[in-house]
Amino acid sequence: MKFIIAIIKPFKLDEVREALGAIGVAGMTVSEVKGFGRQKGQTEIYRGAEYSTNMLPKVKLEIAASDDVAAQVVETIQQTANTEAIGDGKIFVLDLASATRIRTGEAGETAL
Amino acid sequence: MKSTLSKITAVGLGLGLLAQPALAAPVAEAAAAIPNPGNNAWMMTATILVLLMIIPGLTLFYGGLTRSKNMLSTMTQIGATACLAMLVWVMWGYSLAFGDTSYEGTLGSFISGGSYFLAGTDMSSTAATFTDEVISKYVFISFQMTFAAITAALILGSTAERMKFSAVMMFVPIWLTIVYFPIAHMVWAGDGLLFAAGALDFAGGTVVHINAGVSGLVLAYLLGKRRGYPQEPMPPHSLTLTMVGTGLLWVGWFGFNAGSALEADGSAGLAMINTFVATAAGALTWMVVERLAGHKGSALGFCSGVIAGLVAVTPAAGNAGPFGAILLGILSSIVCYFAVSKLKAKFGFDDSLDAFGIHGVGGIVGAIGTGVVYQAFLGGPAGEDAASIGAQLLIQIEGVLVTIAWAGIGTLIAGYVVKLTVGLRVDEETEVDGLDIAEHGERAYN
Repeated sequence: MKFIIAIIKPFKLDEVREALGAIGVAGMTVSEVKGFGRQKGQTEIYRGAEYSTNMLPKVKLEIAASDDVAAQVVETIQQTANTEAIGDGKIFVLDLASATRIRTGEAGETAL
Repeated sequence: MKSTLSKITAVGLGLGLLAQPALAAPVAEAAAAIPNPGNNAWMMTATILVLLMIIPGLTLFYGGLTRSKNMLSTMTQIGATACLAMLVWVMWGYSLAFGDTSYEGTLGSFISGGSYFLAGTDMSSTAATFTDEVISKYVFISFQMTFAAITAALILGSTAERMKFSAVMMFVPIWLTIVYFPIAHMVWAGDGLLFAAGALDFAGGTVVHINAGVSGLVLAYLLGKRRGYPQEPMPPHSLTLTMVGTGLLWVGWFGFNAGSALEADGSAGLAMINTFVATAAGALTWMVVERLAGHKGSALGFCSGVIAGLVAVTPAAGNAGPFGAILLGILSSIVCYFAVSKLKAKFGFDDSLDAFGIHGVGGIVGAIGTGVVYQAFLGGPAGEDAASIGAQLLIQIEGVLVTIAWAGIGTLIAGYVVKLTVGLRVDEETEVDGLDIAEHGERAYN
């Protein structure tokens, strides 16, 4: 099993969610996060006072997937969230040691 | 008085057709001027429009500009200041500014007396307007009361996010007494120093805006900078609320400016159209200047331009033609833009929400500019016998300088009295936690 963490641009969330639904991803966790990478924030000006915000808002997706679909999930996110501009985000894949469904106690891939 | 007499006689004759014996009574009482209900109704409306400017107009305008931890403190200080000013006004303020007793000589140029606790005022009392008409005195007292209230509240824009609530409550009555009431008398009372000199100030460019702006600047200096200013970012927490407040201020300002005609007449109409067009010009100019300076036209720029236009047209409201007013709005926005975005940073004072940068500076532009736009060649209402433009400008500048000096020195005295007794500034922990939770035990947003 793999644990996939993707950081994407917030406005791409719905598109990515639909594309992942189409390839059979049954669930994910979404959070609003802030951070920076090569894209270096932006400048705000209030009555001449300039503030540069070096953290930009992004959306973080967390998806647990079985080994055989993990590569397809990564590819789908990479293609859907892509705007070909800096700041599109990153995708990380970790090995997942175990998964348990709380309601039934099922473990392993059946719990995903 | 002649027109009032003939009106009353006409009414008497009309009634006379129905009941002959009633004819004698109104004619006999005609010596006492009766307020025209239309004027009275307009002045009551104008009065509550000025209240709308304070609550919720100014509270939201200033509140939105502060950080979210100081939202309630900013709004509550404004509300409490206005309430305190209202009570002080009826106890001794009205008497000092517009009281029934005029003093002989120098004293009379600065204050009046004789109407403490509104002595001698009842339902039939009237106050003079600029024509033969009169309005009910209680309405006049209420209208002028709201001016004292908003002027005191405007100062809090300079002191936001660090002044103690108790210090505000102590400062306001002292400041009103030694600064506001004498200046209101000087500019608006018949025997007042600047009124007698011929200074033009239709709705309070000197009394309200320069006065509040300069007082705010002096108090900001006495208080010191906010912790972390200017290194730490302190962006406005809700420009949405600031925009709502700006709209309410603009609407309320029609009561402030057009109401200052004291009647529902052509002068009020002129003040009304000027309050539209000068403001519109100010708002757009600020955004254009932002673009020319290489930035984006901003929402806060729009709001700031609205206020800069409104402030500048205040002394000129009934003293300019619509196109003179537009010129004034444009000029005020340009000057205020540089005052808040360039000058302020150079001088390094912490006028938190720019009460001086916009009300003080815009007020000075408006007060001096009124001397120019008043002239007939710019469409102003100056008559044949009016002072020349040069003479009028000198009088306007005198008015500005007297106001700056009086407000500056008076605020220094009032501020030091508070500083040496209850203290002006909150402690460090309160400032870091925010004045909302530390001074009022609440949070604006939960």
